[in-house]
Amino acid sequence: MIEDARKTLSKHARHEIDQWLAKFPADQRRSAVLAALREVQHENGGWLSIELLDAVADYLGMPKIAVYEVATFYSMLETKPVGRHSVSVCTNISCMLRGADDIVAHIEKRLGVKTGGSTPDGRIHLKREEECLAACCGGPMMMVDHIYHENLTVDRVNAILDGLK
Amino acid sequence: MTNDTIKIEVDGKVLEARKGQMLIQVTDAHDIYVPRFCYHGKLSVAANCRMCLVEVEKAPKPLPACATPVMDGMKVRTRSKLALEAQKSVMEFLLINHPLDCPICDQGGECELQDLAMGYGRDVSRYQENKRVVRDKDIGPLVQTDMTRCIHCTRCVRFGEEVAGLRELGATGRGEFMEIGTFVEQSMASELSGNVIDLCPVGALTSKPFRYSARTWEMSQHPGIAPHDGIGSNIHFHVKDGRVKRVVPAENEVINEVWLSDRDRFSYEGLYSNDRLTAPMIRDDKGWREVDWETAFAMVRERLGPILKSAPASVGGVIAPTATLEEIFLFQKLLRGAGCGNIDHRLRYLDFSDQDAAPVFPWLGQSIAELEQLNCALIIGGDPRKEQPLLNHRLRKAALRGARIMMVNPASFPSNYPLAAELSAAPGGLVRAVAGICRALAELKSDTLARESWLEDVAVTDAQRRIARELANPGRGTVLLGNLAASLPDAAALRFVAGQLANLAGAAFGYLGEAANSAGAWLGGAIPQRGPGGRPASRSGMDAGAMARNGMRAFMLYQVEPEADCAAPDQWLTALRNAECVVSMNSWITDAAREYAHVLLPVGVFAETDGTFVNVAGAPQSWRAVVDPPGEARPGWKVLRVLAETLGVSGCDYETAKEVARDAAQAMAGVRPENRAAWRALVRLPAAVAGLQRITTVPMNSADALVRRAEALQQTADRADGALHLSRATAARFGVLDSGHAVVGHDGQALTLPVALDDAVGDDTVLIHGGNGLLATLGPWFGRVTLKPA
Ligand code: SF4
Ligand code: FES
Ligand code: FES
Repeated sequence: MIEDARKTLSKHARHEIDQWLAKFPADQRRSAVLAALREVQHENGGWLSIELLDAVADYLGMPKIAVYEVATFYSMLETKPVGRHSVSVCTNISCMLRGADDIVAHIEKRLGVKTGGSTPDGRIHLKREEECLAACCGGPMMMVDHIYHENLTVDRVNAILDGLK
Repeated sequence: MTNDTIKIEVDGKVLEARKGQMLIQVTDAHDIYVPRFCYHGKLSVAANCRMCLVEVEKAPKPLPACATPVMDGMKVRTRSKLALEAQKSVMEFLLINHPLDCPICDQGGECELQDLAMGYGRDVSRYQENKRVVRDKDIGPLVQTDMTRCIHCTRCVRFGEEVAGLRELGATGRGEFMEIGTFVEQSMASELSGNVIDLCPVGALTSKPFRYSARTWEMSQHPGIAPHDGIGSNIHFHVKDGRVKRVVPAENEVINEVWLSDRDRFSYEGLYSNDRLTAPMIRDDKGWREVDWETAFAMVRERLGPILKSAPASVGGVIAPTATLEEIFLFQKLLRGAGCGNIDHRLRYLDFSDQDAAPVFPWLGQSIAELEQLNCALIIGGDPRKEQPLLNHRLRKAALRGARIMMVNPASFPSNYPLAAELSAAPGGLVRAVAGICRALAELKSDTLARESWLEDVAVTDAQRRIARELANPGRGTVLLGNLAASLPDAAALRFVAGQLANLAGAAFGYLGEAANSAGAWLGGAIPQRGPGGRPASRSGMDAGAMARNGMRAFMLYQVEPEADCAAPDQWLTALRNAECVVSMNSWITDAAREYAHVLLPVGVFAETDGTFVNVAGAPQSWRAVVDPPGEARPGWKVLRVLAETLGVSGCDYETAKEVARDAAQAMAGVRPENRAAWRALVRLPAAVAGLQRITTVPMNSADALVRRAEALQQTADRADGALHLSRATAARFGVLDSGHAVVGHDGQALTLPVALDDAVGDDTVLIHGGNGLLATLGPWFGRVTLKPA
């Protein structure tokens, strides 16, 4: 099993995972699962296939279902193909009070997709953001490919979206 | 009062408790009811449903009883206003997303949610919004899912991880989107999977074969004993309109705890297969026809009577070890009374050479519960996980506590706990592999055994030394022989060597046990050399191997399907076809029986008869019939009684099964099994067989006639698949790696069978499943075979 996993995971991914594994006790390999999934997703164009999830499970010696649980729990992990750029608008309480819902409505209209979907050209994935992103004082805010944009207006949003290749 | 004991007060009553106990354990022990969904005494505490909230003095909020450790002087109120309000609120939340489909839910009437909703729910829902809907998953032929009903208690998930040792179900997604399932569609593979049906407090996981066939309140419940492995799990039959609707476990802490293997749970379906024998049948020159009992008995009197009278030694009697003790006792009493000593039940044996030294019955060597206390176990020639699932469960518990469990097998059977060592040995080399461990241990202990002649030419490998070192460690140890070990052509030598090893290690020596009543068959006298209770038989007789090899003029069979049940099926079929008269008492009719038998007498099976099984630890357990056998079929003990009368054998005219059981029990009274020294000592070990060899394992759902007919179980992977299982390396060596099919030759016979590549099978070994009548022509279950591309 672990041999098959070695074949599925890239050398670089395995190297990254091994570095994380070194930080945990030898009988706690599952501790590296989040780091492993993050790395493997990054290499795979932003999403995790069942094959990759299984490979991570085998590599870490975890039951497959335990890896599926992790991958489906965290909103930053995707289990279906998604657009190249990820856009998540916070709709939690502070942002909501500052008009986040309008921003979401605007983006949905402009991109022609609902939250959770990706544009047909595979350019943008409009994520469903589950939680507060901890930039409440700058709400409404959104995160685009790990970068925070605060105090959003429709114009700023347009500029940011148009800048995504 | 030890200093572990503390006092708490619950609802004004002072209760004693042990330190470290959870509150709910204490209230349960004192019959104070606290509602719960996620808590289960056999599983870890998850505390995620919050149904068990109670008021604890000085605590600012209600606390979950399942996750609150007791403390001295604690004052608890389980039905105070605060507690009840908390419980009611939790109930309201749980019902928000639960469908109101009780009228079409199989759990209705035995649903913990329904019960608690009656007690704690409001009669009107304040929730007006849409309920969430969860798509059902197909998780195999045994467990039906209705996942919208799931309340996320995670009992099923914890069961997989903690008991089945196979994490198959999980909670994916989160919050509103959390779902229980396998995520990737697949069947549950655990041999204990059906237990999630009992664990699930709602109707999310129910029995697929039972689905929509009865309401719980229409059925009556009756106790019974599971009919497949030697554990003797306690069960309840649920019966409606004279039909067994389902089987569920009954609690028995020293046997099956609260669990049941899938085979024991779902095999009742075999009672209703359409090849049931429902009327006596006879064969004459016009072929087969159904007749009444008188005609059938007349034919027996006419055909079997004279042979039995004039040449009783030319008659053979074989009875399956799935028969009840009553049937076995009467069967042998009849034959012995007629002067015939050729009686056996050991259908899967190929080696009978040590039978005079054999124990009264090969037993576990310890109690079932004691397996949990082991520090070290060596299992030789067996796959307990599939063959004795609930013995394996005890071994697994020991392993999780740190016990070192080791296996010696010709194929590596997947285990659900980590093994401390695994030694692969070709079937013909198993004896020598164990002898190597024995020698290593003798050397380690500087024991004189090392110089005995049979160990002289035995080589020792490092792997064997490692196992020997584990066995040498202090602590409670055992050496256990499995089903495969019992069937080997050199089984007697293996019993000797394994016994020596156990002695040397100071370990208990045991047998994992084959069929439901193997122990009862030994004790009841269904062996040629001994009568009931293990007393020497009045006249010696032939063993099953000799009967098949030599052929007999007549045979009496009881619940035997030789093509699938015997380790030498071809010999058996030939012997039966050549006999002048074959009388077969059976519950089903087969094509093979149509060919060899002359009289077929329909008998009831399992739930259809009063009976007793003796389990592998020696416990006799009886049950009463709960349904009638179909058509003209009658309980076996009654048929045997009339048969004895017909054949002029006296002493079998019992009025009830209980009377038979009483006589059998009398014969067995005071008998203690002893495996030690119950072997034939060897001066030389048999030479190892070299070259390509066949081995046979019997998949759990092909093990006997009843389970082979249980429809849902036959859709699982654990049934005889008629394929040649061999490793890639072996396949490559014989040029069948890519051929898909291969021709296997054995004993002058050849069959073309599909190739199933499986690297768990050892070198030079072809594993073929037993319990499959279609492969009967292939000869005995073990021995050298040839292989070539098809
Ligand atoms: S399926 Fe049943 S046992 Fe499993 S989590 Fe849901 S309610 Fe609990
Ligand atoms: S509520 Fe939007 S960042 Fe916190
Ligand atoms: S039973 Fe205590 S929280 Fe579920």
